[in-house]
Amino acid sequence: MDKDFAALLYLVASVCFILALRGLSHPETSRNGLKFGMAGMAIAVLTTLFVVPEVNFLLILAGVAVGGTIGTVIALRIKMTALPQLVAAFHSLVGLAAVLVAVAAFYDPAAYGIGSPGDIKVSSLIEMSIGTAIGAITFTGSIVAFGKLQGLVSGKPVTFPMQHWVNLALGILTVLLVVWVCTTQTSLPFWLIILVTLALGILIIIPIGGADMPVVISMLNSYSGWAACGIGFTLENNLLIITGALVGAAGAILSYIMCKGMNRSFFSVILGGFGGESAAAAADDMDRTYRQGSADDAAFLMRNADKVIIVPGYGMAVAQAQHALREMVDLLKEEGVEVKYAIHPVAGRMPGHMNVLLAEANVPYDEVFEMDEINREFGETDVAFVIGANDVTNPSAKTDPASPIYGMPVLDVEKAQNVLFVKRSMSSGYAGVDNPLFYMDQTMMLLDDAKKMCEHIVKALEQ
Amino acid sequence: MAEEKLVDQAVALANRASELSKDIAALGQDASRMAAEGAGSAGGTSTLVVGLTVFVLAVFVGYHVVWRVTPALHSPLMGVTNAISSVIIVGALIAAGTGDYGFSEIMGFVAVVLASVNIFGGFIVTHRMLSMFKKKQR
Repeated sequence: MDKDFAALLYLVASVCFILALRGLSHPETSRNGLKFGMAGMAIAVLTTLFVVPEVNFLLILAGVAVGGTIGTVIALRIKMTALPQLVAAFHSLVGLAAVLVAVAAFYDPAAYGIGSPGDIKVSSLIEMSIGTAIGAITFTGSIVAFGKLQGLVSGKPVTFPMQHWVNLALGILTVLLVVWVCTTQTSLPFWLIILVTLALGILIIIPIGGADMPVVISMLNSYSGWAACGIGFTLENNLLIITGALVGAAGAILSYIMCKGMNRSFFSVILGGFGGESAAAAADDMDRTYRQGSADDAAFLMRNADKVIIVPGYGMAVAQAQHALREMVDLLKEEGVEVKYAIHPVAGRMPGHMNVLLAEANVPYDEVFEMDEINREFGETDVAFVIGANDVTNPSAKTDPASPIYGMPVLDVEKAQNVLFVKRSMSSGYAGVDNPLFYMDQTMMLLDDAKKMCEHIVKALEQ
Repeated sequence: MAEEKLVDQAVALANRASELSKDIAALGQDASRMAAEGAGSAGGTSTLVVGLTVFVLAVFVGYHVVWRVTPALHSPLMGVTNAISSVIIVGALIAAGTGDYGFSEIMGFVAVVLASVNIFGGFIVTHRMLSMFKKKQR
C-alpha cells in the first residue's frame, strides 16, 4: 500500500477516535460515538496489516484471537463495582505493550525505518527511551493500583524515610541512562532504563492511599496515553501521536476534576500519605447524642414528603444495595413523591463510577444530578436520604478549618428538613474523619446494612 | 631498484585509493541518511517537528473535546480512552510482521496479544456501561 494513502487512512482513524470522545457529551449520542471508536480501531489495524511487507496473517490473527477472547470474557464477566480494578489492569497492559514495542524497535530498527542496530537516529532513541520509561511506570504503577483496589495490597499509604528523594534520584538516574543509550547505542543502558522505571512505577503509587484512588486511576490513564505518544514519535506515526495526546489529555482532565472534588492539589496526591490512620481525628465524644430511627420511621417520613434527594456513596455499591434502593424509590414515586439522586464527583472509586452503578440498577440518567446542579435544592427538600456516603456530606468541610477535609466541596445535605443517614455503625468514614451531621437535630440514623435497610423500608412502604 | 620503487608507489597508491573509496562510501551513507531524514517532510522540516506540531494540536483538540464530556459518562470515557490507547498495536504489528522469527518479532507478537485484550475488553466493557444509561419512561 502506498505510504501516503496509509497516512490518510490513519488520519481517518484519528478523526474516528475524536468523534468517539465527542459522542460522550450526551448519553444519547454516546453509543454512536463508540461505533466510531471501533471503526477507527479496525481501520488502523487493517491499514497497518497492508503496509507491513511480509506480514504473517495467520500468526497475527492467532494473536488477536487469543487476546481478543481473553479481553471479551473479562469484559463480559466483570462486575460494575469492580470497574476501577479492571481499568487499572487494562492500563497496565497498555504500559507493557508500549515497553515491548520499544524493545522491538531497539533491536530491529530497520523494520521501522529509524536506522540499523547500533546506529539508530539519536532523536528516535530519545523518543524511544521516553516511551519506554512512561510505559514501564504505567505498567507497574497500574499493577500496584490494581492490587490496592482489589484488596490484594493494603489500601493504606506505604511510606518510608527519604521516599521522595529516592524517587527523585531514580528519575535523575533515568535521564542519565537515556544519555548513556544515545551516546553508546548499547543495549545495557536501555534495559537499565526499563528496570529503573519499573521500580519507579511501584514507588510512585505505593505511598498513595485508598481514598485517592480516583485520582491515581485517572493519572495512570493519562500516562498510558503519553506512553503511546512516545512510541508514536519513535515510529513517526501521527495516528499514535494523536491518539496518545487525546488519551493523555483526557486522563489529565479527569485527574484535575477528581483533585478538585477532594480539594487536594495534584502534587499532594502524588506525594501521597493521605487516607491513613494519621487522619483519624480525635473527636470529643462528650455529650454527642444521636437519634436512631427504624425502617418504619423512614418510610413514614419519606412517604409524606414532597421531595426526596438520595445521596449514594461507594458503601451502597459495596452492600449491593442499589437494586433495593431503586425499588424503594419506585414505591415513593408511586406515592407522588419527587425523587432525585445527587452525585458527588468522588462518590465512587473512579470518575463517573456512581453514575454507572445507578444506571446498572435501572435508575434513569435524567434523575441523576451532579453536585453543582443539585446542591441548592437541598434547602427546599423534605428528606435527604444518605446511603453509603459519609465524607462527601460532612459539613465540617465547610466550617471547621481543623478538619482534614476542610475546603473539600460537599453536598449541602444538612440544609434538608430531615436527614436519613443509613450506616452500618457509628464509626468514621473512609478518610477516617468524624461527621457532625450524625449529631444534628434533623438527622435520624438508620443503623443497618444498606441493602437490608432498603429492603425493610420497601416492606414498610408496601404496607 | 626502479622497479621496487615503482611497486612501492603502486602499493601506496592502491592503499590511498582504497581509503578514498571507504571515505566515499561513508560520505554516501551520510548523504543517504540525511536524505532519508529529510524525505517525507516538505520544506526541510524534520519529522520530529512535524510530529510535535501534530502532538500539540492533538492535545488542544483532546482538551476541548474532553471538557465537553458529561460528568455522568466519565467512566465510559475511561473505558474508551483505554481501548483507543491500545492503538499502540500498530507498532506491535510492524514488529511482529517482518517475516522473521527473531527476538523483536516475539516482543511484537506478545504486544499484539496484550493490546488485543485491551481493545476488545475496553470497547466491550464501555458498550456494557453505555447500554445501561436509559432515559426516564414517562
